[in-house]
Formats: sequence, structure tokens, C-alpha cells
Amino acid sequence: MKLLLEKAHIEGIRYYDTYRKNGGYSSVEKALKMSPDEIVEEVKKSGLRGRGGAGFPTGMKWSFLAKPEGVPRHLVCNADESEPGTFKDRYLMEFLPHLFIEGMIISSYALGSNTSYIYIRGEYAWIPDILEQAIAEAKEAGWLGKNIKGTGFDCEIYVQRGGGAYICGEETALIESLEGKRGNPRIKPPFPAVQGLWMRPTVVNNVETIAAVGPIITMGGDEYAKLGAGRSTGTKLISACGNLNKPGVYEIDFNLSVEEFIYSDEYCGGIPNGKKLKACIPGGSSVPILPANLLLHESNGNKRLMNYESLSEGGFQTGTMLGSGGFIVLDEDQCVVRHTMSLAHFYNHESCGQCSPCREGTGWMYKILKNIEYGKGKMEDIDLLWDIQRRIEGNTICPLGDAAAWPVAAAIRHFRDEFEWHVLHPEEAQTRNYGLAHYAEPRTIVAAQ
Amino acid sequence: MSENFKVTIDNITVEVAPGTTILEAARKVGGAVAPPTMCYYSKLEGSGGKCRTCLVEVSKGSEKDPRPMPKLVASCRTTVMDGMEVKNITSEKVPDARAGVTEFLLLNHPLDCPVCDQAGECDLQDLGYEHGKEGTRTEFPRRTFAPEDIGPYIQLHMNRCILCYRCVYTAEQLTERREHGVLDRGEHSRISTCIKNSLDNEFIGNVIDVCPVGALTDKTFRFKNRVWFTKPLDAHRNCSNPNCCGEVRLWMRGDEVYRVTARKDEWGEVATASNGKTGWICNECRFDKKDTKDWVIEGPTNINRHSVISQGHYAGTEGTAGKAEKLIDKVIGQEPKYTLDIHSVSEVNKPSVHLDRIPGPAHSNDFK
Repeated sequence: MKLLLEKAHIEGIRYYDTYRKNGGYSSVEKALKMSPDEIVEEVKKSGLRGRGGAGFPTGMKWSFLAKPEGVPRHLVCNADESEPGTFKDRYLMEFLPHLFIEGMIISSYALGSNTSYIYIRGEYAWIPDILEQAIAEAKEAGWLGKNIKGTGFDCEIYVQRGGGAYICGEETALIESLEGKRGNPRIKPPFPAVQGLWMRPTVVNNVETIAAVGPIITMGGDEYAKLGAGRSTGTKLISACGNLNKPGVYEIDFNLSVEEFIYSDEYCGGIPNGKKLKACIPGGSSVPILPANLLLHESNGNKRLMNYESLSEGGFQTGTMLGSGGFIVLDEDQCVVRHTMSLAHFYNHESCGQCSPCREGTGWMYKILKNIEYGKGKMEDIDLLWDIQRRIEGNTICPLGDAAAWPVAAAIRHFRDEFEWHVLHPEEAQTRNYGLAHYAEPRTIVAAQ
Repeated sequence: MSENFKVTIDNITVEVAPGTTILEAARKVGGAVAPPTMCYYSKLEGSGGKCRTCLVEVSKGSEKDPRPMPKLVASCRTTVMDGMEVKNITSEKVPDARAGVTEFLLLNHPLDCPVCDQAGECDLQDLGYEHGKEGTRTEFPRRTFAPEDIGPYIQLHMNRCILCYRCVYTAEQLTERREHGVLDRGEHSRISTCIKNSLDNEFIGNVIDVCPVGALTDKTFRFKNRVWFTKPLDAHRNCSNPNCCGEVRLWMRGDEVYRVTARKDEWGEVATASNGKTGWICNECRFDKKDTKDWVIEGPTNINRHSVISQGHYAGTEGTAGKAEKLIDKVIGQEPKYTLDIHSVSEVNKPSVHLDRIPGPAHSNDFK
């Protein structure tokens, strides 16, 4: 079942004429006949959850938007997709810009936002041009601008390029950056739904979330809610990368099992060179890494499915998170210590430096991991790492602290023997990787710390 | 909404107005119940939330919604709800988190207290003594920054900075144009003027008072004396600047005024002056009026909480705690005395050795 990528194969779908010929903008036509509250109600019914990582119900987020008299409201689209391993929004914006703009128009109409913004990361240097062209085409066809199609609703969409900071993907830091300030996350409350951009009520949504609004309006919220599994409704884009035969962006049904996603030819097509699966990060670099045995099966023995509930089954002891859908696969040749080190380096580099646990702690973790990886580690360093991540998690202003702490915690929780091997055999660790050990054995639950 | 909210902090109930933060409510209770703060400054709008030392546990959200809050919250930026129950020193999680934050703050701090002018009245020293652990677990070189000159009055020691942003808010809210700010990201963040610029606004001297550590110190006092050797006196003058409160604290030794600072309250923040103004003072009062003739001296300052000058504050070892006399009783009418002759314990720097008479560099043999 494809909703978002249904038309992706059509040549020239990037341009308005082809898109319109293939049934594009019919959802906007339908939406403009509805009242804004009806659209919010449809989105609520659809059970759509935020696709940026946290999975918060979008309809609920929209209904929290404060609507004081005479104060403009804003819709801001978070296209600052900087999570390592995640590149689904890039695919959407690059190949289906009109699907995204369609969602932007409907969402702006539903929220009463006359000025909406797309905040796109600086590294996607060529995509703002694509989006701006799509916006110009839509405006020419009368889908944007003043008095859209005679409804009396005005809407303008602006594309803002970021400076290339991961932290600006955090919604309040994004708002600060959009206002022209230093991208430091704000302290919540007040939440953006009450005081966001220029202290006005603001909704910040991910690209994929907004793109999904179009299909929801077309098919109706109830129909959309029938797709998927349980509270994970609809479809999800997964950007698969790492040791896979066919890495890329896939649209999946939430009932798909992780095993099928990795090994079936329809999706990733297995692991190259006949290697074995060692570990996987299923939701972008900040979610906990899982060893193969825990990845494919839940702790009760059922097959693990690609949805919010199944992936987070058992909390962080035996589960992880769906996150943003950046699916990173590691085969038996990969070193978890080195992998964790490079993630720690990333978070150290991207910390905004506002609050002390994250500013100081991320750098400390990186240095310790570097020592362990390069054969200078000590046994007590592993416990120290655990202690540092424990004191960062939950004690910071924004979730970047958690995002930096979780990968380190999960690596120690599930791969402690590999860390210990690095410490005990510093010279051997420079020449070869630890390999598989017990992780490929099915149904051995590693005792968590 | 005119009714007051009842908040219970560490089993002590206080009534506060709606909109009050947990920290302000805890300060109303006072004593050890008030969480330590490194970045929050009640006189500066928007400050707080950054250092994370004031984290507290909310065990009951409010009367209406009694669920506890899932994470520790920054008490300086969380407003109270009616019936809220807060655990600070009685919490099991808070001391651990606070020790963690203290460790993080000290991780890259140079610990050059022996040569730091702030030593003795440093918030980070206090925090380290009260919440820190002995020894360090880090083995890495500490972060350093290139020195930067920010003008004739203020000395910037970026290595000591804990990025509380207080000085940025001060410049933003007290002066017409902010000339310095935070540059760069993450652990490379630094206070700087970007284009080499001196801070010369007439109120910029207040950044020295708000700085919790020795990152911004008074150049006219630099290396002149240790704060615990100087005697604080309250004084005032009729300052011509309408925004200057004119009420200051003179730090004297003998008849000499070594330093002029704003008056501080028990939480280490500038006090409210008797004329109702917030106690900010202008640069003229701070840097240029270093003569007793310029001032009307009111009398010695009462010292109650901060700094080693409130003797016995750091007396952690047994036996000394009981001897906590007020400095004021000791100091008035007498010269502060050195209690230790450095030459009796130190091998180097003997008075008989004249370094300038030793040809070439000095060696340990020269001191024997």
C-alpha cells in the first residue's frame, strides 16, 4: 500500500502540469470545501502520528494550538532533517515537492496560518530551489496567494535555509533560528502552540507528517486509520542504509516485520556478501541500538514489526524506538565501539552549548570512547560512561541530551563484552573487529545493566 | 486568580502568588531548601534554565492533576501550581543529578582558584564544596581559549566561564546596545565581542557583579588583593546618573578602597536599593571613585551567606565548625592578620633568596 510514493515513478512528477494531470491538488480542492475544524477533525480521526521522531498525535497537536483573537498563527514545517541515517524528507521534497506543498496548503488552511514557513537544513543546498519553483507554480495556478480559489483564505509559503545545525531540528531552536537568532532551544513551557514564532501560536510539523495530510483528506480520516497496526496508522517512509543490498527510501505498512524488511527482495534485499546481521538502529542515530536477536523478535517471542509499539516493546531493556525511520544496519564486520564513538562525536559537535550536562558531557563521552577505541581504555571507563550518560539523560533543556545519551547507554547495555574486549585486547582491537559473538543466536536476551 | 497557591517544598508549605517559580517559592522558605543557582538571576528577565543545578523533583503536579512530573525540572523556570509538592534536599534523585551537574561544570573549569580574583566569593566554589565530589574522574586536558582583551575595565577569562548567559542578559537589558554575546557552538561556545571591541557602555561594569565565576573580573582590582583580606563597608554617594542607584559596597583594606561593587542580597544577587531602584551601579561609581572622600560610609556590611569571608562557611572538618564566629566581630577596629607565614611552610620563595641576583633560571638548589 503506497500513499506517499504512489506517483513517485511518474516522469516529470516534480512539475506542476504533470502532477496536476495525475490527480494532484484534488485533495486541496476537497479541503477548501471543508471548514478548517473539519480538517482538524479528519486528521484527528486518522490517528496520524508525528513522523519526525517523537510520534506525537498530529491531530492532538493541532487542537492544542491557541487561537487568541487578532493574533496571527503560523505553520512551520521542520525540514531540518539532520539525524544521521534519515533521508526520507529529502526524497519527498526532491521528487514529490507538490505533494508536500499540497499538504502545506491544507494544513495552513486548517490551522488558519496565512504565512507558513519551511525551514530546510543548509546542507540540502539544491532542494530550496525545487521547493521555491513548486511554490511559484502553485501560486501561478492559484493555489497560493490572496483569496485562494475564492474561499477568502490567503496563504503564502516561504522557504528558509538553515545554517546546517542539527540542533535547529529541535522545534524551539528552529523557531529561534527562523527569527534570526542563535539556534538555542527555548525552555518549555511556554510551548510553541501558545508562544512560538514571534511569540505567536505556532505548529511545527515534520515534512512527512504534512505530506500525509493530503492523502488523509482524499481518502478520509477513518479510511486512513484502518491502515497500519493499532495506534500506528497509515504508512511510514523508512530510509534504510548501512550494510544492505538495496539501501533507499521505502514506504512500508506498519504490519511489516523487521525480518521481512531487511531480507525480502521487495525491500532491502538482505545483507551483502552473505554476511550476518549484527545490530541495527531502526529509527535514526539517536534511538538505542539493538542486537540482532532482540531486533527480530520481541521478548515474548513474537516477530518484531516495523511500528511504534512493537519496536518499543519492553522499553529500552529489550526494545528501541521507531523514531524518524532512519534504519541503519550493521553487519558482522562492524565495530560497535567505533560506531558509538562516531555517534558520540556527532552529538559532541552538534550540541548547542546552552546547558551544562550536554555541553560538557557529550565531549567527555566522546573522548572516553575514543580512548577505548584506540586501545587506551580502562575497565572503569565503561562504568564511567554509563554514569555520564545517566546524568545527561533527562537533565537537559531539549531532547538532544537524551539523543546523545541513549546510543551510548544502549551500546553498553547490549554490547558490553565488546567494550571489555577492546579494553583487554587493545592491540588486537586495532587489527580486527570483535565479530558476532552471541548476538546472532536467536532468543538469548542479554541481561541489561 | 488572585488567590495564592499553596506549595509544599521539602515538607514545608508556603503560600505564593500564581506565576511564581518553584525557586522563588523555595527562597521564600529559605535556608537549604533553596536550590543553588548558577545561571538564574531574578533581576534579569529571561535568565535561568541553562546550568541545571537547580533541578528539583516534582512529586505531585498540582491539586487537580496529582501526577508527578516524569523528569527533574529546572525550578528557576517552572511555575508553581496549587497543591504542588516539590522535593529538593529530601529527594533521592536530586542530589545525584546535582552532583552530576557540578561535575560537568567543573569538568573544563581550570580550577585556578589560587590566582583567581573571584575566589572567596565564587558561586562555583560554593557549589563545588556543597554538592561536588572529591577528586576528578576526567583525565583529559581542559578546554582553553585564546585570551581576549575586552577593554580597560573588564578582564575576560574565558577558560573559567560556565556560559550562564547572565552577562549577555545584563548587556541586553541594562545597556542600549549589546556588544558581546556567545559565539560558536557546543563546547567551543565562548563569550566574545566578535569584532575586537571594548565593552565601554556606562553600565557594562555590572557584568562583573552578575558573573558567578571569575570569568569577568574588575581590571582595576586585578591581583591587588584577596577578597577575604578586604573589609566590606556599605556606602553611598549622590550619583549624577539617573539609572545608577548610588548605593555600593566598598572593599577596603586600611584606609584604601580596593574595589567597589554593587550590594548583594543573601542569594548573591544585587540588592534592591533604598530608593526602590535595582542595585545596579554605573561605571563611574565602580571604577573611578576609589577614595573614601567620594563616599558617605554607612557602616560595615552584614555578611550572612556567601563567600569565605563569612568564616566557617567551608569548615567541613571536625572541630572547626563550632568556631564559626562572624567576621564582623573580629574585623572591626583591627587590621586583618595573616594567620600563616608562607615562608614557614614553603621551600621556595624564601625571603633570603633574591631571584634577580641569580644568574640564569633558578633551580631547586638555589633555594636550599
